[in-house]
Amino acid sequence: MLTTLLFLPTAAALLLLALPARTPRTAALGIWITATAAELALVIALWAGYDTGRGMQYETRARWIPSAGVSYHVGTDGLSLPMLALTCLLFLLCALYSLREHKRPREFAALFLFLQTTCLGVFVSLDLILFFVFFDLSIVAMYFIIAGWGHKDAARAALKFFLYTFIGSLALLLGFIGLYLAASPHTFNIVELTRQNPLAARSGYASLVLLALGIGLAIKTPTVPFHTWLPLAHTEAPTAGSAILAGVLLKMGTYGFLRIAMPMLPDAWRRYAIVLVVIGVVSVLYGALVALAQDNFKRMIAYTSVNHMGYIILAIGAAGVAGADSAQARSLAVNGAVVQMVSHGLLTGALFLLAGVLYERGRTYEMSAYSGLAGPAPAFAGLTAVAAFASLGLPGFSGFIAEFQIFTGSLGPRPVATTLSLLGILLTAGLFLRALSTIFLGPLRLPAAPGTPRAFPDIRAHESAAVVPLLLLAVVIGVAPRFVLDVVEPASRTVLELLAR
Amino acid sequence: MNPLSNATARTLAQMADMNENPLDILPEVLLLAGAVACLLLGSFTPRTKQWRIGLLAVLTCVAGIIAAIVQAGDPPATTFGGAYGIDPVTTTVRVVVLAGTLVVLALSMRPLHGHPREAEFYVLLQLTALGTIALAGAQDLLLLAAAYLLASIPAYALTAFHKDGPGLEGALKYYVVGALLGVLMLAGITALYAAGRATSYKTLHTALALAPEALLAFGAIGLLAGILFKVGAVPVHFWVPDAVQGASPPVAAALTTLPKIGALAALLRLGAVVFSESPLPWAPLIAVVAAASMTLGNLAAFFQTDVKRLLGYSTISQVGYLLLPVAVAARTGQAQQALLFYLAAYALTNLGAFAVVCALPRARALPHYRGLARRRPLLAASLAFCLLGLVGTPPTAVFVGKLQVFSAAFDGGYAWLAALAAANTVASLFYYLRWIVPAVSRGTGAENFDGDRTARSTAYAIAASSLALGLAAGPVLDLLDGALAV
Repeated sequence: MLTTLLFLPTAAALLLLALPARTPRTAALGIWITATAAELALVIALWAGYDTGRGMQYETRARWIPSAGVSYHVGTDGLSLPMLALTCLLFLLCALYSLREHKRPREFAALFLFLQTTCLGVFVSLDLILFFVFFDLSIVAMYFIIAGWGHKDAARAALKFFLYTFIGSLALLLGFIGLYLAASPHTFNIVELTRQNPLAARSGYASLVLLALGIGLAIKTPTVPFHTWLPLAHTEAPTAGSAILAGVLLKMGTYGFLRIAMPMLPDAWRRYAIVLVVIGVVSVLYGALVALAQDNFKRMIAYTSVNHMGYIILAIGAAGVAGADSAQARSLAVNGAVVQMVSHGLLTGALFLLAGVLYERGRTYEMSAYSGLAGPAPAFAGLTAVAAFASLGLPGFSGFIAEFQIFTGSLGPRPVATTLSLLGILLTAGLFLRALSTIFLGPLRLPAAPGTPRAFPDIRAHESAAVVPLLLLAVVIGVAPRFVLDVVEPASRTVLELLAR
Repeated sequence: MNPLSNATARTLAQMADMNENPLDILPEVLLLAGAVACLLLGSFTPRTKQWRIGLLAVLTCVAGIIAAIVQAGDPPATTFGGAYGIDPVTTTVRVVVLAGTLVVLALSMRPLHGHPREAEFYVLLQLTALGTIALAGAQDLLLLAAAYLLASIPAYALTAFHKDGPGLEGALKYYVVGALLGVLMLAGITALYAAGRATSYKTLHTALALAPEALLAFGAIGLLAGILFKVGAVPVHFWVPDAVQGASPPVAAALTTLPKIGALAALLRLGAVVFSESPLPWAPLIAVVAAASMTLGNLAAFFQTDVKRLLGYSTISQVGYLLLPVAVAARTGQAQQALLFYLAAYALTNLGAFAVVCALPRARALPHYRGLARRRPLLAASLAFCLLGLVGTPPTAVFVGKLQVFSAAFDGGYAWLAALAAANTVASLFYYLRWIVPAVSRGTGAENFDGDRTARSTAYAIAASSLALGLAAGPVLDLLDGALAV
C-alpha cells in the first residue's frame, strides 16, 4: 500500500513525459491533479486504517543490496503519517494553484510529481540509505524546479540551494556510515539500529556521529547558522515550489531528528541537548528579528520559517534534558514539535501561495509598493489576514495548539530559554500586523512598473481552492486536535522511551 | 621401483603445477587473436568496407565477455606458474574493460567510416584493452611491466591518430611522461627483485617483510610511479588534460576509462598481497595520493570551459575516490568489493558523459550546450544523468560505489579521508552543474546539435544502464566478492 502511494506519482510523471510534446496544457494538468487527488485519497484510506495503538504499520520489506546491509523497507507510524497526509494535501493544492501555469506545463507537472515521490519516500523510509536516496533526489528535483521556473535570479539561487543542501546530505551520509559500521551485524535498517542502540558505550564516536547528523539535518531544517540558503531560494522559487519547499522539504530535517538522531543516539542526544536548546532559541529570535526587517513579503515569510522551525528545535532539545519528574512535560514538547511540523506546513504553504497571488498581480513582492489592497480585493485580504494571524499563534488555529504544547513542555526543563523564545511570538505578531497594515490598509496604491495590469482583481477560484482548504484544516486542528494527537501521542511516547535508554 | 618412471612422474607433476592451460586465459587469447585477425584482414579489405573489421572487433569483445562470464563460476586460481590470477578481480576487469571497449567501438565506427587507417584504430584499441586486462591479472612484476607497455604504446598512437596539432601535442606529452615513468617503474621492479629475490607476488608477500627498508622504499616508489601514471593520479597526472583534450572524443573516452581499470586492479593486488606484510606504509602513502588527486583534480576542473578538458580533470578527481579502497586494501575486507563496484560504475558513467560529447561533435565548450534540452531533451537528460551520476547522486550506480568506498575507508580507519572525499564531492557538483545549467536552460545553439545518431543511442543506453546498475547493486555486489588468487 505504501509502495503504491510512493510510486504512483512517479508513474504519472513518466506517463506525462511519454506523451507527445504537443499534448494540450489541460491534459497535462488534468493528469497532475488526478494523480495528486488519488494520492490524497490513498493517504486518507491509510489514516482510516491506521490503528493508533500499534507502532509501525503498513510495513514492506524487500532485499535490495543485502551485502551492504541495505534493504527496501518502508512503513509508517504516528510520526510519519501526519507528514504523509500533509505532503499529499500540499501537492494536490499546489497542482490546483498551478492551473494557470503556461510555461512548459508538462515538464513542470512531471517534476512536481517526481518531487512528491521523493518527499513521501523520506517519510516512509525505514532504511537509512533509502532515506538518503529520497533526501538527495528531493534536492535534485527542487533544483530543477527553482532553476527552470524561478524568477530572474533563479540560477544563482538554485545553485546555492543545491550546493548548500548537498553538503548537508553528505554530512548525513557520513553519519549514516558511522552508524552502519557501529552496528553488528552491519545494517542500515532504521528499526534494527534503533533497537540495537549501537553507540551506547562509545561516547566519543557517538558525539561525532551526532555532529555529522546534526549538521546534515540542521542545514535542511534550517536553523541558524545554516539558514542562509533559505531566503534566496524562497524568493526566487516559483510559488508552488516555495510552498512545497517550506511546507514539506524543511520538515525532512526535523523529521530526521525525531526518527534517526534521537532514537539511535539517545546518550549523545541527552548530553548535547542543551546545544539544541540554544540553537532553537537563537533561531526563534534571530528569524523573527530578521523577518521584521524585511520589505520583501516572500523573504519575510521565509525568515518566519526559520523562527517557526526554531520552536521545533527548542522542543526536541528540551525533551532531551534529563529529569524523571518531567516525563509528561517532555512528552508534551515532542507532541508539540510534531504538530508544529504539520501546522507550519499548512500555514506557511498558505502564506506562500498568497504571496504568489500578490506577485501575479503586481509583479513585485515589495510590500512598500502596495497599499490599501483590502478595497479592491477583500477576499484576498481576508484570507491573508487569517493566515497571518494563524501563523503568529492565535488560539483557535493549529499554530496555537503546537506552540502551546511546545512552551508548556519546555518551560519546566528549560525555563530561561523558553521565556526568551516567547518573545519570538511577540515579534512575529508585530511583523505580521505591520505587513498586513502596509499592504491592505491605507489609500489604494499599486506598483507602477511597466507591463503590470492596472486593476488588482480579487482572488480567483482556483487560487482560493488552493488556499482555503489549508486554512480550514488549520482551524480544524486548532479547534478539535484530538484526531491528530491520537496518532502523534503514542509515537512521541515511543521516541521518549527510546531516548530514556 | 623404476627410477625413470619416478622422474617422469615428477615432471608430470611439475607440469600440472605449471598449469599452462591457454583456456584459462581465453578472453585474453581471443582479444589477441581478434587484434591480429583485424590487422591482417584490414590490409585486404577495401576502404569502404572497413566497417567489417570494426564488426569483427565487436564480435571479439562479445566473445571475450561471454568467455569471462563462463569462467566466473570457477574458484579463484592462478595459471602459468602463478604468474596470472583468475579471480573476481580479473573477471570484473575483463568484463568491464571489454564492455568499455565495445562502447568505444560503437562511438568510433561512424566518425571513422572511410578513414584510410580505420582498421588500425580497431587493432590499437584491442591491444590497449588487452594490456589493461593483463595489468589486472598480473601476479608477477615482470608480467606487470609487459602489460604496462602493451597498454601504453597503442594508447600513444591512438591519441595522435588523426595527426592534427592538438592530438600530436597530447600524444607527445603522454609518450614522454609514459616513457620516463616506465623506466622508473622498471628500475623499481629491479630494486624489488633485489629486495625480495623474486618477482612473483606470492613470494614477495613473505620476502618483503624482511627486506631492507631503503631498497624497498625505492622499489615501491618506482613501481608506484608507473602504475599511478596509468591510473592518472596526482602527482603524475600532467598528461591527462592535454591528451584528453587533444585526442578525438572516442579516444578520449577510452583514455580516461580503460587504462585506469586495469591499473587500479593492479594496485589493489599490490596493496593486498605484495606490500601487506612489508614495513612500507602503504595505506598512508596511497591515502595522501588519493587526497591530493581528488582535491587538485577538482580545483583544476572548476573553471574549465572545454568539455573534454573538464572531463579530463574530473577523472583525476574520480581517481582520488577510487584510490580510497586501494589505500585500505589490507585493512578491511570491504575494499575489493568497493573498488570493483566503483570501477564498473565509474567506467559506465564516464563513458556515458563522453558518449554525449561524441554525439555533439560541434559542441566543444560549455556555452555550446545552451538550449540542448529544448532541441534534444533525451540527450540533455542523459547528460544530466551521467554528470549527476559522477557526483554520486542516488540511485545511480556511482552512488552505491561511493557508499561502498566510504564505508571501506571508515572501516579501514581512514574516516578523515572519507570526510575529505565527501567535501570534494560537493565541490565537484559545482563544475558539473556549470555544464548542466546551460544544457537545460533556454537558448539557441541548434546548429551545434546535429551529429552522430549511434553515439546518441549509446548515450541513452548508458544512462539507462547506470540507473539499472544502481538499482541492481545487490546481486552485482555479491558477484564481486571472493578471495584473491595468490
